[in-house]
Amino acid sequence: MSDYTNYRTGEPVVDSKAPEGPVADRWDTRRFQAKLVNPANRRKHTVIVVGTGLAGGSAGATLAEQGYHVVQFCFQDSPRRAHSVAAQGGINAAKNYRNDGDSVHRLFYDTVKGGDFRARESNVHRLAEISVEIIDQCVAQGVPFAREYGGLLDNRSFGGVQVSRTFYARGQTGQQLLLGAYQALSRQIAAGNVELHARTEMLDLIVVDGRARGIVARDLVTGRIDTYFADAVVLASGGYGNVFYLSTNAMNSNATAVWRAHRRGAYFANPCFTQIHPTCIPRTGDHQSKLTLMSESLRNDGRIWVPKAKGDQRPAGEIPEDERDYYLERIYPAFGNLVPRDIASRAAKNVCDEGRGVGPGGQGVYLDFAEAIQRMGRAAVEEKYGNLFDMYAQITAENPYETPMRIYPAVHYTMGGLWVDYDLQTTVPGLFAIGEANFSDHGANRLGASALMQGLADGYFVLPSTINDYLARHPHSEEIDDRHPAVAEAVAETEDRLHLLLAVDGDRTPDSFHREIGALMWEFCGMARTEEGLREALHRIPRIREEFWRRVKVPGTGEQLNQALEKANRVVDYLELAELMCLDALHRAESCGGHFREESQTPDGEAARRDEEFSYVAAWEFGATGDAPVLHKEDLVFEYVHPTQRSYA
Amino acid sequence: MKLTLRVWRQQNAEAPGAMVTYEVDGISRDMSFLEMLDTLNEELILGGDEPVAFDHDCREGICGACSLVINGDAHGPERTTTCQLHMRSFQDGDTIDVEPWRASAFPVVKDLVVDRSAFDRIIQSGGYISAPTGTAPDAHATPVPKPDADFAFEHAECIGCGACVAACPNGSAMLFTSAKVNHLNVLPQGAPERETRVLDMVATMDEEGFGGCTLTGECATACPKGIPLPSIAAMNKEWLRATRKVRR
Repeated sequence: MSDYTNYRTGEPVVDSKAPEGPVADRWDTRRFQAKLVNPANRRKHTVIVVGTGLAGGSAGATLAEQGYHVVQFCFQDSPRRAHSVAAQGGINAAKNYRNDGDSVHRLFYDTVKGGDFRARESNVHRLAEISVEIIDQCVAQGVPFAREYGGLLDNRSFGGVQVSRTFYARGQTGQQLLLGAYQALSRQIAAGNVELHARTEMLDLIVVDGRARGIVARDLVTGRIDTYFADAVVLASGGYGNVFYLSTNAMNSNATAVWRAHRRGAYFANPCFTQIHPTCIPRTGDHQSKLTLMSESLRNDGRIWVPKAKGDQRPAGEIPEDERDYYLERIYPAFGNLVPRDIASRAAKNVCDEGRGVGPGGQGVYLDFAEAIQRMGRAAVEEKYGNLFDMYAQITAENPYETPMRIYPAVHYTMGGLWVDYDLQTTVPGLFAIGEANFSDHGANRLGASALMQGLADGYFVLPSTINDYLARHPHSEEIDDRHPAVAEAVAETEDRLHLLLAVDGDRTPDSFHREIGALMWEFCGMARTEEGLREALHRIPRIREEFWRRVKVPGTGEQLNQALEKANRVVDYLELAELMCLDALHRAESCGGHFREESQTPDGEAARRDEEFSYVAAWEFGATGDAPVLHKEDLVFEYVHPTQRSYA
Repeated sequence: MKLTLRVWRQQNAEAPGAMVTYEVDGISRDMSFLEMLDTLNEELILGGDEPVAFDHDCREGICGACSLVINGDAHGPERTTTCQLHMRSFQDGDTIDVEPWRASAFPVVKDLVVDRSAFDRIIQSGGYISAPTGTAPDAHATPVPKPDADFAFEHAECIGCGACVAACPNGSAMLFTSAKVNHLNVLPQGAPERETRVLDMVATMDEEGFGGCTLTGECATACPKGIPLPSIAAMNKEWLRATRKVRR
């Protein structure tokens, strides 16, 4: 086996589709340059869409409205259950309905800066432009956004920005936006324009003569492996946060679609950029299966603290004021409890690592509202945070009005993903990636209320404008069928892998391996990363992989609903993706956004970005399992927003 | 905690099913009900048995995937989704019955997994507003009175889990269907399709084999999102209004 860390740097990768000229004109320019498909010819084109979340649902509906024949897949029993449904906070748009100085340019500026200067200016500006159209579209669909008494839409400020540009539907914005897309998709299903395959999971990409031409998928109920062919394939399969086992992702969210595409030639960009959210409900024990997010608005009034003494086991109420350490207020007096997500998360980890964490396993810190209740009165706190307090009480059986909440950081979002050009096309012609599955718009850190914006921008507006260009340039796909060697090979590989998983018949469950790789990633590729730790992880991962193929146990057969087999097959891909994430984190010897390298700090302990060496996108080309990949760099150029080092001290 | 579970096991849609008894030990009161089932499944896998199949995904009460009848109640004893039910709602030594949704319109796929695609077909028949991408006017072009917006939201909260159907002695889908009709019909954006929406959705609901409504009210009691029972009355009113208008 070759040394995985001994990677080679290949040719730079260039985004050939992004037009030149003023940033505000580029999207118009690109749409004008793009070739169109005659409306009468669109029905002759089939487009596969994998996933039905905000990006996939909106893309499938819109492509079908335009006249394409769409074949769409989701592993859930209904497209309405994709995990976008769980987003709480809201969706940003530069509507400036508050007349508070917001503009497309300000949203663009905030997003580039928030991404710690690791996103493309062209893409982010387009996102900010489209944000306003998204709100119009969703209102027309009947999305019940919060309104004021005059009947107009309400806005709030979110994620520390100074304008109110976030539209919301109580704490269920993701659900309402997703149902809007789901309903638009349902209309197209009824019209016969979308052929939907629910409970069907993509297991491989079919590439013929260098172009994406279809997928291999398994019917999760019958176990049948089928092939589906198309003129283009769109992956909208979400992020890969579940590589950490515990995350705020849904249980079945997985990386298989993007990883299989990566293995077939699509470059994977910035895999180490993961977002860890500071305010989640801590785990209660080894049985924990997932983590639940609490809105970070709680930090506006709650005070975060731990005991000053290590191993202090007293209940919170018995710890006197002078024996408490309000560590964020102490370390960051100017911002206090409102420091950005990554800083708050790391500080919590540090105090827990010192042995001062609270709750089961010492993996938690207090978020205390006693002072707020005293200052504002209980009624005012209840009015502002009542639903969050109820949710906390439901999960923990503790009353946060009386005892402080316990919180701990959790993996929430992955900024990395498949590399795409300005058209959202990957390095495999005909393969597109949208939403969280691509890497394009958030740089090294995503701002609050921007994930929903990006998913819907990609699906409703960007992809439907850019995929035309590809289809118009490839009007007549050569007919293929299962006998084509590339198809037969993809099917055989998929079947072999499933057969092997069933045949090992070892003594460990698929979940036990998922927990093991998750714990390893959390320790070495989580909130703070070191060269030593990452090298240790890279040393261990191949061993876990080897053990997996020797000891995994999957009962039952492949010709039936077999959730253990589904899980095992997803773990196979986590065990490879984890290695690439660690390598990317190792090679990026700077701290930026969600990626904190302990070796790269300022004298006062803040993240030190190193623009001279790392102002690029790291796009990785797959070699073979366990073999070193090839690094392709895409240089980032900042013409409008000039990189500065942030400071919150 | 030590518990006795009696779980419905059924190999596939055609095979007969039966309640099978399992003992689980070392269950923490902090576990969710689904984490307790995870524990059982880990043991079953190690013993070479097939784990109990059940639908679940977000585990935070919003996706609507989880769907268990626990001791005869849809989603169990608390008014919440199964994933948000915790073992502290049970006592050490309890015997707990775990079954799938029971309704002829929701056939069993395997064990505790049922086929709820009938719900999707009800939505496909009219549960949308026709607004193709790119055609929308400015979001502020049509103000919506706050009480109407709040009424729409209250009904839009439905997660499509199907507990209403499972709880209903008739297996009726009136609460589910009415939630979507009321969400869209109260909004000015939904007005142009107001009549066809309610007529088509109700017709599809009947074709899918759901039972009739006798206003028993079990649906609203089981609903984890609190869709109110008067939602059904409001839909009946919409239906009557649409019938008259279409006849004219």
